[in-house]
Amino acid sequence: MAKKPIGIEVSLAVAEAVKLCDADVVAAYPITPQTHIVEHLSELVANGELDAAYIPVESEHSAMSSCIGSSAAGARTFTATSSQGLALMNEMIYIAPVLRTPIVLAIANRALSAPINIWNDHSDIMSVRDAGWIAVFAENGQEALDLTIMAFKIGERPDVRLPVSLNIDGFTLSHFIEPIIIPDHEEVQAFLPPNEATVKLDVANPISIGLLANPETYTEIRKATDDILLASKDKVIEVFKEFGKAFGRHYRVIETYRHEDAEIVLVTMGSISETAMTAIDEMREAGEKVGLIRIRLWRPFPVEELKAALVSAKVVAVVDRHMVMGAPNGPVCLEIKSALYDALNPPKVFNFIMGLGGRDVRRVDFKTVVERSKSLVKGGQSSFEIVGVYE
Amino acid sequence: MRSADVPYEKVTAKTFPKGLDTLASGHRACQGCGEVLALRLLLKSLGSEFIAVSATGCMEVCTSTFPQSSWRVPWLHVAFENAAAVASGVESALHVLRKKGKIPNKRIPVVAVAGDGGTADIGLQALSGALERGHRDFIYVCLDNEAYMNTGIQRSSATPFGANTTTSPSGTHSKGQHTWKKNMPAIAAAHGVPYVATASPAFHLDLMNKIRRAAAIEGPAYLHVYAPCPTGWRMKPELAVECSRLVVNSRIFPLYEVIDGHYVINRKVDNPIPVADYLKQQGRFRHLKPEDVELIQARVNLEYENLVKLAGTFPV
Repeated sequence: MAKKPIGIEVSLAVAEAVKLCDADVVAAYPITPQTHIVEHLSELVANGELDAAYIPVESEHSAMSSCIGSSAAGARTFTATSSQGLALMNEMIYIAPVLRTPIVLAIANRALSAPINIWNDHSDIMSVRDAGWIAVFAENGQEALDLTIMAFKIGERPDVRLPVSLNIDGFTLSHFIEPIIIPDHEEVQAFLPPNEATVKLDVANPISIGLLANPETYTEIRKATDDILLASKDKVIEVFKEFGKAFGRHYRVIETYRHEDAEIVLVTMGSISETAMTAIDEMREAGEKVGLIRIRLWRPFPVEELKAALVSAKVVAVVDRHMVMGAPNGPVCLEIKSALYDALNPPKVFNFIMGLGGRDVRRVDFKTVVERSKSLVKGGQSSFEIVGVYE
Repeated sequence: MRSADVPYEKVTAKTFPKGLDTLASGHRACQGCGEVLALRLLLKSLGSEFIAVSATGCMEVCTSTFPQSSWRVPWLHVAFENAAAVASGVESALHVLRKKGKIPNKRIPVVAVAGDGGTADIGLQALSGALERGHRDFIYVCLDNEAYMNTGIQRSSATPFGANTTTSPSGTHSKGQHTWKKNMPAIAAAHGVPYVATASPAFHLDLMNKIRRAAAIEGPAYLHVYAPCPTGWRMKPELAVECSRLVVNSRIFPLYEVIDGHYVINRKVDNPIPVADYLKQQGRFRHLKPEDVELIQARVNLEYENLVKLAGTFPV
């Protein structure tokens, strides 16, 4: 019998997923809006519901450092952060993939300072986009829970062994109470094998991890990590399929909505995609041929899938939620443009920045994007536009 | 059981560990390096049943150029300022994996090794966090060569007063380092950890026994180890052991333990040699005038008296 959803805050659902996965070590430092995740995990550990070591570290830098140590020792490892916390982790974020330490990191995405702001955008994750992590974006609570479970499976695969970040929009997703199906422990156990770290810190088989590489080896070691990250896309797809089979909820690296005959295709990531779909329904009713591509897998970037989905459109309107300073396009748009550059008859690509520092993204904003795109087709666009900025 | 009563197998001249060094030869340390000598003895004392975590620094760089490694135990290097945090993660992982029956059920000490910069400056926060959290099988070793040697002899907060370094140079308007050495063992002891000790490679059995004791006691342990650097101190390489002896016998670097907050001076120095005899071997102090040396002597006298008072007030 199909399980019924229960009403639960998305942050708590992520913590419940970590419990269902039997994480061994959680090392975390509080920062808004991530705190509900680790508060709930602390509670689960305190109540004996999760048999894990909870390390209440003194900073996010130490959180990620401890996670690297824990993962290198062979433990299933989880942490969570936001914004300034991710920025403080930055140095460690770049080290974890190359040391091949699988860690699941939930990021309740929040704007970076300055000015200090606790609300949602994607500037935190974009500051580490090139670090070598697998990165996924959830649209809703069910997806946040499911992707947490899948993140452990993907990252810990012997042919991957990479850290994975789960991105959930701070507050607008992390703090919402949604109907979410929580699987049984047994179901998750059947889906998620034990973390079999073959290369780890083990006194019976001593190895050295984190050696100094000089010019004659540095390039090759960096490339080796990139090769693994690029190859991980197929493994991500495999795990998505296995998950679909086991739980009946199906995931792809990108999702499409009413895009087949669309002349204008919006590209989004994260929870605003649901608002975008509502806006598209309304615009379709008014006769506009608009559709949506939602990117779920941000790293490794799904170039082929996006190319195939976008190449037939006339106009692609890419939404970025990160203020790129001193450059013409935001990070998502940059990737889309480079993916489409060598297409025979590429669509026009326009870039819109919206929803910075928690400013509401409304249906009308997507309509504005479509209207602007229609007029830009005639005149072009040299760089991004910020939707709804007061000047 | 009081930490002071926890038994451990003592190293003596007769029972000195035989066999391969845990830290293999062929590493790239400078000639006469007192730091790698101290490290080799510490590791040899622990055998092979432990996990080492290194901070970035001389000892990491000189032992681990890919594809070679001097480490015959599991070894992890992540970055400069976080050896304590990385070791916390390893230690916690081993505990929970052991509890869950995923690894053999025996205590495996996790030994974090860092220099004075990685400990007293950039790593102080991570170290404080680790000491405060009370990781049970956690030993932190600060190998103190009193400056940032790996990057070219820059001053740290552990550089002694008057020392000439590349960022505390002596000059017409400067006597070199113008601050007094940060008292790291006192900072570690202030966390209320079960075991803090100082050691010097000239007193090698004392040094080796202290890490054994640190491994035997449950709870975070902090070892502050004097690590002479002939290159950085502008000293003859053959003097590393000699100056490791003089620094103790002049009361500049007393050997002591703080066990559950109780102090014991391991080597009482009743007839100290003048600090001038220690300073004169090292080019980094060459510019000092007699009145500067007097100032240092007075400070050393005061600090040693304070230590004697602590040992008298809080005996083991």
